[in-house]
Amino acid sequence: MDHSVLAQTGNNQTRNEQAMADQHPIGVYLKVWILLFVLSSFSYMVDYFDFQGIVRWTLIIIFMLLKAGFIVAIFMHVMWERMALISAILAPPTVLLVLIGLMSSEANYTFGTRIDHLGQPEAAVRIHVSDVHAGEAAAEH
Amino acid sequence: MTDHSLQKTGHLQSVVQDWSDQKQAFHVPWGKLMMWIFLISDTFIFSCFLVGYMNVRMTTTDPWPYPSEVFALTLFGKNIPLILIAIMTFILITSSGTMALAVRYSHFRDKKKIALFMFCTAALGASFVGMQAFEWTKLIGEGVRPWSNPFGAPQFGSVFFMVTGFHGLHVSIGVLYLSIVASKVLKGDYDRKNNYDIIEIAGLYWHFVDLVWVFIFAFFYLW
Repeated sequence: MDHSVLAQTGNNQTRNEQAMADQHPIGVYLKVWILLFVLSSFSYMVDYFDFQGIVRWTLIIIFMLLKAGFIVAIFMHVMWERMALISAILAPPTVLLVLIGLMSSEANYTFGTRIDHLGQPEAAVRIHVSDVHAGEAAAEH
Repeated sequence: MTDHSLQKTGHLQSVVQDWSDQKQAFHVPWGKLMMWIFLISDTFIFSCFLVGYMNVRMTTTDPWPYPSEVFALTLFGKNIPLILIAIMTFILITSSGTMALAVRYSHFRDKKKIALFMFCTAALGASFVGMQAFEWTKLIGEGVRPWSNPFGAPQFGSVFFMVTGFHGLHVSIGVLYLSIVASKVLKGDYDRKNNYDIIEIAGLYWHFVDLVWVFIFAFFYLW
């Protein structure tokens, strides 16, 4: 076994790691971290200020995708990987869009048949938690 | 060893070069590649859960409960919507940040800092699981079951226990994994191997757990 070769490999590896560390200054992580905090607060605000309907769904999706994107790109280092690995990671999950499309069309059909055959139940109005608790309190007295 | 001559080509050419001839396609340590393959398979598992959730929520004729009210807590005499979940989200993001710092210090092989940040990450993860246990206890006490609940559609309970349970299991395993790796760092095991790749690999797993939570938070708790 040639020890000088081993030593050199070790050295090269340390140098590579040093180079990697230089590429990713600590500031990048701290900035992304703060950004994720801000984005999470925004998603929470969507609920806190009780946005409803299309505005709510759009805001939820936007903040979710931004957060997911930063986690994958920066924290999971994907933006610094080579294209072959990036495609191998990101391409397979895109087929999930087909699954979502198929299942939502199937779900609409199931819902339709349920309404047709079972009828829309009268209690289809969403239930507030406070009403449930008030009901329990009334039952106790 | 990275071939630096490859790095000057464009993205498309680099894919062609990496896949042509009999040679290594992915220029990363094998352990890291295996972790990525595992994470992609895990992506499909969680996607099946979330797509299944979409399906039951779209098909049920019963009203869906208000998650914002179900997960509200009374703090300082005020009823704050979804606050527990918001705190859990912030804890998980913070743990991702400390994990990213541990990975960064692994490039310098700074053992004390790696172990410090990994133990911080594990502690934050453990507190996340603790809050989840609290949340489960609270909901079970209010009568939420996998087959029924007082707030609306019975599917709410089954989706809640399955999705958050499976995610919580991932967090718990991650806490164990990170603690084991961190103690091996302190013992100097990776100095003897002259290889600190495992910190980055464990980091990938942890960030993935955070990533899954982003989707659960958006689709289950906020939608």
